[in-house]
Amino acid sequence: MYVETGGELPPLHPCRWGNIVNITTIKKDFKRNWVVYLIALPVVVFFAVFAYAPMVGVLMAFQNYQIKGGFLGSPWIGLKNFTDFFKSYYFGRLIWNTFILSFYDLLFGFPAPILFALLMNELRSVRYKRVVQTITYMPYFISIVVIAGIIKDFFSSNGAITLLLGSTSNLIGNVSSFRSIFVGTNIWQFLGFNSVIYMAALSGVDQELYDAAALDGAGRLGKALHVTLPSIMSTIIILLILRIGNLLTVSFEKILLLYAPSTYSVSDVITTFTYRKGLLESNYGYSTAVGLFNSALNFLMLVTANFTSKKLTETSLF
Amino acid sequence: MNKVDKNKNVKKIKDSLGSRIFDIVNIILMAVIAYACLAPVLHVIFASLSDPVRLLSHRGILLKPLGFSLEGYKIIFDNDTILVGYLNTIFYVVFGVLVSIILTVMGAYALSRRNLLWGNAIMFFVTFTMFFNGGLIPFYIVVTKLGMFDSRLALILPSAVSAFNLIIMRTSLREIPDSLEESALIDGAGHLTIMWKIILPLAKATIAVIVLFYAVAMWNSWFPASIFIRDRSKYPLQLILKEIFVQNDTSHVSQSSSDTTGINTDVFKMLVKYCTIVAATLPVLFFYPFFQKYFVKGVMIGSIKG
Repeated sequence: MYVETGGELPPLHPCRWGNIVNITTIKKDFKRNWVVYLIALPVVVFFAVFAYAPMVGVLMAFQNYQIKGGFLGSPWIGLKNFTDFFKSYYFGRLIWNTFILSFYDLLFGFPAPILFALLMNELRSVRYKRVVQTITYMPYFISIVVIAGIIKDFFSSNGAITLLLGSTSNLIGNVSSFRSIFVGTNIWQFLGFNSVIYMAALSGVDQELYDAAALDGAGRLGKALHVTLPSIMSTIIILLILRIGNLLTVSFEKILLLYAPSTYSVSDVITTFTYRKGLLESNYGYSTAVGLFNSALNFLMLVTANFTSKKLTETSLF
Repeated sequence: MNKVDKNKNVKKIKDSLGSRIFDIVNIILMAVIAYACLAPVLHVIFASLSDPVRLLSHRGILLKPLGFSLEGYKIIFDNDTILVGYLNTIFYVVFGVLVSIILTVMGAYALSRRNLLWGNAIMFFVTFTMFFNGGLIPFYIVVTKLGMFDSRLALILPSAVSAFNLIIMRTSLREIPDSLEESALIDGAGHLTIMWKIILPLAKATIAVIVLFYAVAMWNSWFPASIFIRDRSKYPLQLILKEIFVQNDTSHVSQSSSDTTGINTDVFKMLVKYCTIVAATLPVLFFYPFFQKYFVKGVMIGSIKG
């Protein structure tokens, strides 16, 4: 999922535990609200089955899982899957590829929509702005399969962009250009749509602030730097935390569609490795261990980013 | 409108030369970016209408079709694969969205109640899934163990509710004043009546947004189908596209019943690729200018606190 732009950040503060475990309060609440709980039931069951059951399923990571024996019948092997992964030839390469692809994507992909929104904000014609917006949203709505197809076509040895760059090799199958193409096309696809949230924040900036800045002698650049940017700062920080929390998921589907054995040395990431090991080679326990390692790392980064931001800027998710 | 124009005039007088140069550069830059977003799509559309032989020898971006030919479209619609894919995708979108929206609205309604003892706990239960998951393999095993392998249900149920959409829906339901529902409760209306008669009509706009989110996601989805579906007659359109692009395999779409000779040569392969892209993307591209403002609205509801 790439859509994690924003999202109301629901209260994660602890519930009133005292009440929750008090039997009489529970009975009273249930008597009054049982219909509401009944209405919530399908969704609770949904998340229990399709989100929490797999979370329990990660215990497979400590098993030599066999489809035949199932979860209960497969032998437990402790940390072997993990140690195998840490010792494997691929470990360093996967971590590095995942990190560097995500890092470039963040470094270039994160500021781009902000810059775009700021520039768009300076356009004077409302109608022109609207036309530019509508056109730049378009790539967001195109399916990733089609995007991948177009990329493969444009960067193939006789593709349109390959020609433009004065090259004659198949750039997408090239170790030296895979990352740039991946990150560049991500910017292309999400630039317009990811700027929406900043445009929304910008429209809420108080006009009086600009007038005051003008009185103080600020020019357009001054206003952009000292009024506009600070007023969307909290939005930027929240989105940055979310982005960092998802840093290591990269765009799994896109890589899966674009990579090839010839580029594995730069394009193979943890999630695609999990996919190959687990679903193509049926190495379930091992693959789950690798996936769990990735999820844990991700979660750790989210918590760290949130904590750092809370300390430094007092803006945080939870 | 008038007000804007007046502002413009006032500013023009004050504008420095630098400021005006910036404006011009900015306008040009935005045009270039917009063109960069548009050009690949136009290229594909033009290519799909081109004469296949000329297309094969052409290099670079197309600014207009090379000649005119509907040969490619004839090939792909002469053969069942694309049509079946279309029908399957429509089936998945219609039923998937139906299941999704019913579950999401029910969950959001329940979670929007303020006097619910377990409300926050359930909310945490839902939100946590946005930040941590069991990973691909355990998910795959759960779905398979439920007997959904190679079943259409595998594309509908396991991805029915998105925590993100549920939260957007709940946020918007919370904005409906409590007094409305309380008076209905006092009048003896049950929760189902309130949900149906009061909440739904008031939340129509947000429901439309969520329906669109689900519909576009389902239309574009391919990965679940690629791991759960083996029977070709259940393939959604995107999976067929994936076969064409990634495996470079056009044999399934271009096997014509009448004539199979020469149709799988490079000449037609390329044309067929472009035509299937257009056929699969046109519906979304045609409608998105109309519904993009709802998408924008959804993102904004989602970010109220952000």
